[in-house]
Amino acid sequence: MSRPPKRYRDSHLVVPYRRYPRGSQPPYLYPPYRLTLSRAPRKPLIVLPHTLSEITGPVFGHGDVRETDNDLTRQHAGEPLGERITVSGRVLDDNGRPVPNTLIELWQCNAAGRYRHRIDQHHAPLDPNFSGAGRTLTDAQGNYRFITIKPGPYPWDNHPNAWRPAHIHFSLYGTAFATRLVTQMYFPGDPLLPFCPIFNSIPDRKGRERVISKFELNRTEPGWALGFHFDIVVRGQESTPFERQR
Amino acid sequence: MNARGKSGRVLEPTPWCTVGPYFSVTVSDANSVRAIAAPGAKGERMKLLCAVFDRDGKPVPDTLVEIWQANADGKYNHPADRQAKSMDASFRGFGRQITDENGVCEFETIKPGRVPGPRGALQAPHLEAGIFTRGVLRILATRIYFSGDAANKDCPVLARVPKSRRTTLVAQPVAGQPGTWRHGIHLSGPKETVFFDV
Repeated sequence: MSRPPKRYRDSHLVVPYRRYPRGSQPPYLYPPYRLTLSRAPRKPLIVLPHTLSEITGPVFGHGDVRETDNDLTRQHAGEPLGERITVSGRVLDDNGRPVPNTLIELWQCNAAGRYRHRIDQHHAPLDPNFSGAGRTLTDAQGNYRFITIKPGPYPWDNHPNAWRPAHIHFSLYGTAFATRLVTQMYFPGDPLLPFCPIFNSIPDRKGRERVISKFELNRTEPGWALGFHFDIVVRGQESTPFERQR
Repeated sequence: MNARGKSGRVLEPTPWCTVGPYFSVTVSDANSVRAIAAPGAKGERMKLLCAVFDRDGKPVPDTLVEIWQANADGKYNHPADRQAKSMDASFRGFGRQITDENGVCEFETIKPGRVPGPRGALQAPHLEAGIFTRGVLRILATRIYFSGDAANKDCPVLARVPKSRRTTLVAQPVAGQPGTWRHGIHLSGPKETVFFDV
């Protein structure tokens, strides 16, 4: 890494992370998602200028991840039921730079739409060969890859006849407290997407498209698994003054 | 391609989506971190109880509470902290726990030291906290300060918070239990906690 400009060598000066573009994120209060009514703060957020507390964050390493944690089809004695898929892509920051060695955790339901979780009461079978938990670190170029099965859609109690489209949850830490991201990845062409208040809480169409994976034939494992591509972009640090002058 | 817009951005960030009810499939007890500071870490040891409530004052179970903090000297275990202060490698400063049926989770840690803030003014000892639960569409970022700390009145970040709401950011010692602190986090309602745009 190159040495930062002198201004930033003073320990109390920090290079802040870029704020999210206005209106690009789901609002806290989104009445079509009923539970936000009792859980969304109503007072405006207070803008926090970035200090050392926000531009630092937990660092994870190979000690936090086991070799097979990114293969959800090999965590039990037998193979899980369902359509085998790979989910792969890159983690980048909004400067277009790869985010290496960052922890990705994912969780999902099984092919029948049931989570292995005590509070999931959906009347669908559990799969003894599927836990739905995955973890990995990105490589030096920000690449990651999971092997799993395609999750099923499932009903939920938000409104009459409410269904969640098939999705996989992703959690990332990035490089700082400011880059924390939890999101959901959807599948292209899912007919349930237009009806899902969680998906539609993302205000703009382009933002919603960013959480839909792409099917790519060249990411399939011929004769074995279909391939889906999902790049994840976390916030990046602002340009240094030197870059800004150009 | 790769042109920078007015914002300086090359790519647009991926939007947040709620963690939903089932994150503990992966963010499980086995992968949770109760001890933010390992036993033997320098500093005033404490047990911290966090209790999460909704708009009606009801406890919120199945909530992920994440803590990030500096060590007792006010230094973060992270390469971007270039302060000339000592760092004990065993001090990670990160914890995450899930609230139980009473909406409560518990951490073991030490009280952090003071960290420089805007224009070098020292901040009061604080923890960064992220709250994630179903019905919450993106992170709720807040801070936890400590009641009775003389530095609170000079903290440049607390100073940005309206006086009447500052107490929502301050943990209280539990009477009769030395070393135990309790902090209520109210997602909404009359006691709504201050949340930050980080």
